[in-house]
Amino acid sequence: MSHAETQGFVRKHLFSTDHKAIARLYMLTGLFMALFGGFAAWLIRAQLSSVGPGGTGGIIDPQTYNGAVTFHGTVMVFWVAMPLLVAGFGNLLIPLMVGAEDMAFPRLNLLSYWVFFLSTVVLIASIFVPGGTAAGGWTSYPPLAANVAYSGVNWGITLWILAVALEFVAFLMGGVNFITTAINLRAPGMRMWDLPIFVWEEVAASIVFMLSVGPLIAGALMLLLDHSFGTGFYDPARGGDPVLFQHLFWFFGHPEVYVILFPAFGIVAETLTCHSRKALFGYRMIVWSIVATSLLSFIVWAHHQFVAGIDPRMATPFSVTTILISVPVAVSMFSFMATLYRGSIRFNSAMLFTLGFFACFLLGGVTGIINGTAAADIYIHDSYYVVAHFHYTLYPLVFLAGSAGIYHWFPKLFGRMMDERLGKVHFWGTMVFFNMIFLPQFNLGMMGHHRRIAIPTKFEFLSTPTALQLQDLSTIGLVGLLVVQIPFVWNFFYSMWKGAVASSNPWNATTLEWQCPSPPPHGNFATPPVSYRGPYVYSPEGVEADFIPQDQPPEGAHEVPVNPVVARASGM
Amino acid sequence: MLSFLPRGISPFAADIDGVMAFIYWVVGAWFVLALVVLGWLVWSSRARPGRRAAWLPGGTARTNAWILVPVSLVLVCDLLIEAKADPVWHDVKVAIPAGDVKVRITGRQYAWVFTYPGVDGQFDTADDVATAELHVPRDKVVRFDLRSADVLHSFFVPELRLKQDAVPGRSIAGWFSADRDGSYEIACAEICGKNHTLMAGKMVVEAEDAFDTWLASQ
Repeated sequence: MSHAETQGFVRKHLFSTDHKAIARLYMLTGLFMALFGGFAAWLIRAQLSSVGPGGTGGIIDPQTYNGAVTFHGTVMVFWVAMPLLVAGFGNLLIPLMVGAEDMAFPRLNLLSYWVFFLSTVVLIASIFVPGGTAAGGWTSYPPLAANVAYSGVNWGITLWILAVALEFVAFLMGGVNFITTAINLRAPGMRMWDLPIFVWEEVAASIVFMLSVGPLIAGALMLLLDHSFGTGFYDPARGGDPVLFQHLFWFFGHPEVYVILFPAFGIVAETLTCHSRKALFGYRMIVWSIVATSLLSFIVWAHHQFVAGIDPRMATPFSVTTILISVPVAVSMFSFMATLYRGSIRFNSAMLFTLGFFACFLLGGVTGIINGTAAADIYIHDSYYVVAHFHYTLYPLVFLAGSAGIYHWFPKLFGRMMDERLGKVHFWGTMVFFNMIFLPQFNLGMMGHHRRIAIPTKFEFLSTPTALQLQDLSTIGLVGLLVVQIPFVWNFFYSMWKGAVASSNPWNATTLEWQCPSPPPHGNFATPPVSYRGPYVYSPEGVEADFIPQDQPPEGAHEVPVNPVVARASGM
Repeated sequence: MLSFLPRGISPFAADIDGVMAFIYWVVGAWFVLALVVLGWLVWSSRARPGRRAAWLPGGTARTNAWILVPVSLVLVCDLLIEAKADPVWHDVKVAIPAGDVKVRITGRQYAWVFTYPGVDGQFDTADDVATAELHVPRDKVVRFDLRSADVLHSFFVPELRLKQDAVPGRSIAGWFSADRDGSYEIACAEICGKNHTLMAGKMVVEAEDAFDTWLASQ
C-alpha cells in the first residue's frame, strides 16, 4: 500500500468528520470491546463451574475473579452498550433520518470518538498495572474502592475512574450533537411529530444522560480524591459517608438503564414497522411514554439501596415509583406488539431478532417487579436472581435489538447485505443459549446464591447437586452463546467486503436514510430532501405501493411543496 | 422457581415468600398471556402471497384504548402488589421490636463477629462477650445492631430471608427470630474485597437453656 493510499484510508475512515465514518468507528470499537466483555464472562463461568464441594478447584484466584466481574460489567455497559446503541446507531442514523448532510457539529463529533478511543486505551491499560484492575464491582462502592489498604488495588482504580470520566466526556459531546441535530437540522417539512421514533429515543437518551451524569462525575471525582489524595468524602471516621457515593452513583446509574433502553426501543420501532409493513401503532402515545419514562427514571434510584442502610421509610416511595415505571414502558411494548396486528411479517434476520427481543425483554421486564418491591428485595437483593433479571433486560436491549439493527442497517454502513442464512443460525443459536445461561440463574438466586463470589461451593447450600447442575447448565449456555457469535462475526466481516451489493432501499422502507445511496456518500443526499409526511406510511389504503417514502411528493405537488408547514420550514 | 427457596425459619420468611409468590403468579400470568398474544400476532400476521397489511396507525380515542386498557390493568396489578408488600417491609425493617436477646453484629474483612452485652445488658462494658458464632435461642426475638469495621458488608442468612448491609460509621438496627433448631450458614452479600467469597459465618438456633449454657461458657 502506497503512502498516499495509507493517508487516504486514515483520512477517510479514522479522521473523517463524516457521521457515518464516526458511527463505524464507534460500532467496531464497541464490538471489539464485546470480545473483552465476553472473555471476562467466560472467566466468570469457567471459575464457577470448576470449583467443587468444599471450595476446591477453580481456575483463578478470588482477586482475579473480582477483577473479571468488575471488568465484565464496566465493559458491557460503558464500552459495548453505549458505543453500539447510543453513539454507533445514533451517529449513523440521526442525520440520515432527519435529512441532514451531517451532524450539527461534525468536528466535535470526531473529537468525541477520539476521546472515547482514549478512554478505551486507558481502560485496557488498567488490566496491566501493578495491583491489577479495579475489583470492587462495576459500581466501585467506597470504602472498598477508595482505599488501597482494603482493596489491594491501586492504579487499577485510578485508571478505571479516569477511563469512565473520559468516556462520559465523549458521550456528553455526542449528546450535544444528537439533540442539536434532531432539533435544528430537520429537513424542510419535517415536524417533530414526523421524526422516526428512533430519533426521539436517541434524543431522550441524550437528555437523560446529560441530566444524570453530573452527580456521578462529582461522585467519581470525590472517589478519586479519597483514593489518590487521602481526602475523606466517603470515610465516616473523618466525617464522610460511604452511602453518599451510592446515591450519586445510582442517580446516574438507573437513568443509565434507560439511556441504553431508549435507542434499543428506537431500533425495534424501525425494524418492526418496516418488516411487518405496518404503520407504527399509536406514534404519539409512544412519544409520550418516552417522556414519562424519562421523568420517572430520575426518581427510582434508591431501589438499588433498599437494604443499604438508608432510612427504611424511604423504601415505600421508591418502591412505588419503581413499579410505576412499568406503566409507560408497557405502553411502548404493547404499542409495538399491536403494530404487528394484521401486518405482513417477513421473517428475515432483522425481524427475527426484533421478535426475539420482545419475548426476552418481556421476561426481563416482569421479573424486575420482584426486585422493585422492597419486601421481596430483602431476599433477592445482590443475588443471582438480580443478575438473571438485569441480563434479561440488558442482553435483549444490547445484543438482540443491537443485532436487529446491524442486520437492518448494514447496507447503510457498508453498502452491502449480510447473509440471511448465517443470520438465522446466529439468531436461533443466540435464543437457545442466552436462555440456557440465565434461566438457571433465577433458580440459583432463589437458593440464596449471592453475587460476586468466586467460590460458591464454600457454602453448603450452594454445593448441592442441584446447585452444581444449574451452574454447569449456565456455563454450557455461555460457551454455546460465544460459539454462535462466530457465524455473526464471519458474516459481518465477510459481508463488509464480499456481501451482495445493496440497492439504496433494499427493504422498501419509508424513512429518509433509505432514500439515499447505500452507503450514503459524504454529505448524504444528492439534493436536500423535503419531508411530506410521517415516517411510517406502510400499506396505506388506496395506493398500489405498500409504502410511501417520507420525501415522495404528494400527487400534484411535483414542483413546489404546497403544504404550509413545508413552506414555512423551507423559508418560503 | 419458588420451589428452590430454602425452608424459612423466621416469622417474616413466610410473609416474604408470600409476597414473592403473589408477584410470581401475577407477573407470570401477564408474561404467559403476553407471549401467547405475541405468538398469535406473529403467526396470524405472517407474510403470505396476495395478502396486504392493514392501515392501522392508531391515535384515535378508540384505538388508544387497545393500549390504555391493558396498561390500566398493569397499573392495578402494580398497586395490588405494593399494597400487599408494603406491610411486610414495615414489619421487617421499620417496626423493630425491643427484643428478648440483644446482639451486636460486626462485619470485618473477612469475618462476622458477634457481641453479646453480658449480664449488665449494656454494650461497651467489661462483661461484653465477643464470639465467632451467632447463637440464638429458639422462638425469641433477637434485636441486632449491625456495624462494619472497614468496608461495606451485607449480613445474609437465606433461611431467615434476612439481608442488611453493614455500613462503616453507622449502627443499623434490625430483628429476627428463628423457630427451628439447627445450624445455618451466614454469608456476606456485598462485595467486600479479595476474600469476599470466603466471608462466612455460622448461626446456631437452640433451646433457651442450651443458649444460656453456651453463652456462659464463652
